[in-house]
Amino acid sequence: MIKAKNVVYEYQKYDEEGNVCETKRAVDGVELDVKKGDFVAILGHNGSGKSTLAKHINALLLPNDGEVWVAGMNTKEEAHVWDIRQSAGMVFQNPDNQIIGTVVEEDVGFGPENMGVPTEEIWTRVEEALKAVGMYKYRKHSPNRLSGGQKQRVAIAGVVAMHPQCIILDEPTAMLDPNGRKEVIRAVRALNIVEDMTVLLITHYMEEVVHADKVIVMDEGKVVMQGTPKEIFSRVEELKAYRLDVPQVTLLAYELKKKGLPLSDGILTIEELVNELCQLN
Amino acid sequence: MSIKLENVNFTYSPTTAYEIHALKNINLEIRDGEFIGLIGHTGSGKSTLVQHLNGLMKATSGTIYYNGENIYAEGYSMKDLRSKVGLVFQYPEHQLFEVDVLADVCFGPKNQGLSKEEAEERAKRALSMVGLREKYYKQSPFELSGGQKRRVAIAGVLAMEPDVLILDEPTAGLDPKGRDEILEQIKKLHEENHITIILVSHSMEDVAKYVGRIIVMNQGEAMFDGTPKEVFSHYKELEQVGLAAPQVTYIMNALAEKGFGVSTDATTIEEATEEIFRVYQKRQVR
Repeated sequence: MIKAKNVVYEYQKYDEEGNVCETKRAVDGVELDVKKGDFVAILGHNGSGKSTLAKHINALLLPNDGEVWVAGMNTKEEAHVWDIRQSAGMVFQNPDNQIIGTVVEEDVGFGPENMGVPTEEIWTRVEEALKAVGMYKYRKHSPNRLSGGQKQRVAIAGVVAMHPQCIILDEPTAMLDPNGRKEVIRAVRALNIVEDMTVLLITHYMEEVVHADKVIVMDEGKVVMQGTPKEIFSRVEELKAYRLDVPQVTLLAYELKKKGLPLSDGILTIEELVNELCQLN
Repeated sequence: MSIKLENVNFTYSPTTAYEIHALKNINLEIRDGEFIGLIGHTGSGKSTLVQHLNGLMKATSGTIYYNGENIYAEGYSMKDLRSKVGLVFQYPEHQLFEVDVLADVCFGPKNQGLSKEEAEERAKRALSMVGLREKYYKQSPFELSGGQKRRVAIAGVLAMEPDVLILDEPTAGLDPKGRDEILEQIKKLHEENHITIILVSHSMEDVAKYVGRIIVMNQGEAMFDGTPKEVFSHYKELEQVGLAAPQVTYIMNALAEKGFGVSTDATTIEEATEEIFRVYQKRQVR
């Protein structure tokens, strides 16, 4: 579905005369292979290159070196740009910057309308998309009266209505309260499980990635760790060195293990920890 | 020194169709030297409340006393109040504008009427309080990392030497290490500089770890007010209003339910580790 081969991207910094005075490598030799229906989470500290990488996947940025393929199309070929953007939809951090319609259903219909989808079908798509994120009953509401989590789900529906094969979410929950975060993550998981949508989730919240199929950790533009959530979160000290963290339940299990309790590595859920503790004796 | 709110009410667009009763009969006392966590879902009235504390918004009815003085009394200087009660907004780095870091932090004290030298002295002190080293002073604030920018913005408020510092979600959008660094810095301000802190946060884990008192806002009312242990013992009620307790609270409760005899009041990893370890050892002996 998504393939990246040795992707390099550099930002140039210019001095007052317009000469290049500094080059910063934001993405440095990244290899990526995401299969259809995968839920992949990308972690990394601020400035580690996650968002720059994500922007390559729908051809918002083109690599200086290496190649990116989305659904078999090379992002470098200009003729494919629109097909690529339709295949890989993106959702950003701030819901207020992504909503343009004055009524929820109009906002969601904007994408397919721009693509030239016939009117009848637009409405079917809007209905399906809003149902998929649990926002159908708000279809007649004005977006600016919604909560942050609801707005963000409308933004996701707007992408879903374009029938992408893959959805990329760049810190979609950073500005939300706990409930809003939960709603958005639930909607994203439902898209992945029910609709078999490929998901790429960039986040700073460790609890949000425990259900991912695969976790990628970036640092200094490179992929420095990858594996299942269990594998990644077993490496507590390493993650901390990359300015990251583990979910509280994982950290608690890790601390208890350090004190000599025989627990397994990379415990991710409350149930796992409670079951293991209760079986000790 | 304290801030006292008596029967404070605030209504947006009163007597129109858009009327919203954003604060309902708030009675609170914020004492000198407290470290308070203010939580509540989006739209619960948190931001409206904190904007009352430094006079940015005026209560529709009720009174607010700062150090015993009614801030709504005639002749009360709101300007003084605002330099005593500093407010750091969400994403404060969006408000940076000067050519270099030092100039940006000087802006507040200069507006207070201090000389350039005094303002710079305060700015340097504020920057060192937030842990930003001298090599950054002459850099453009826009070239710094997200966490550094935020420190500069916080220093801009600290340079006015407030007695009370209110921070509206100071860690939003930062990576986990960046979050810890900012919060540790705030803790230091509280402990070493004896500044009263009010932390508005969506992270129950952070609140549990740092504050001594939590105020929960819901639909314009102060729903709970107490220590983290007291407040998070109401985790089921918190969920009903769109909030939650730290993950640790759920772990302890799940353990207790399954008969692993722990007490359920731990709210931080350290406390939970201690408590589980204590019970584990007891079970081993048996």
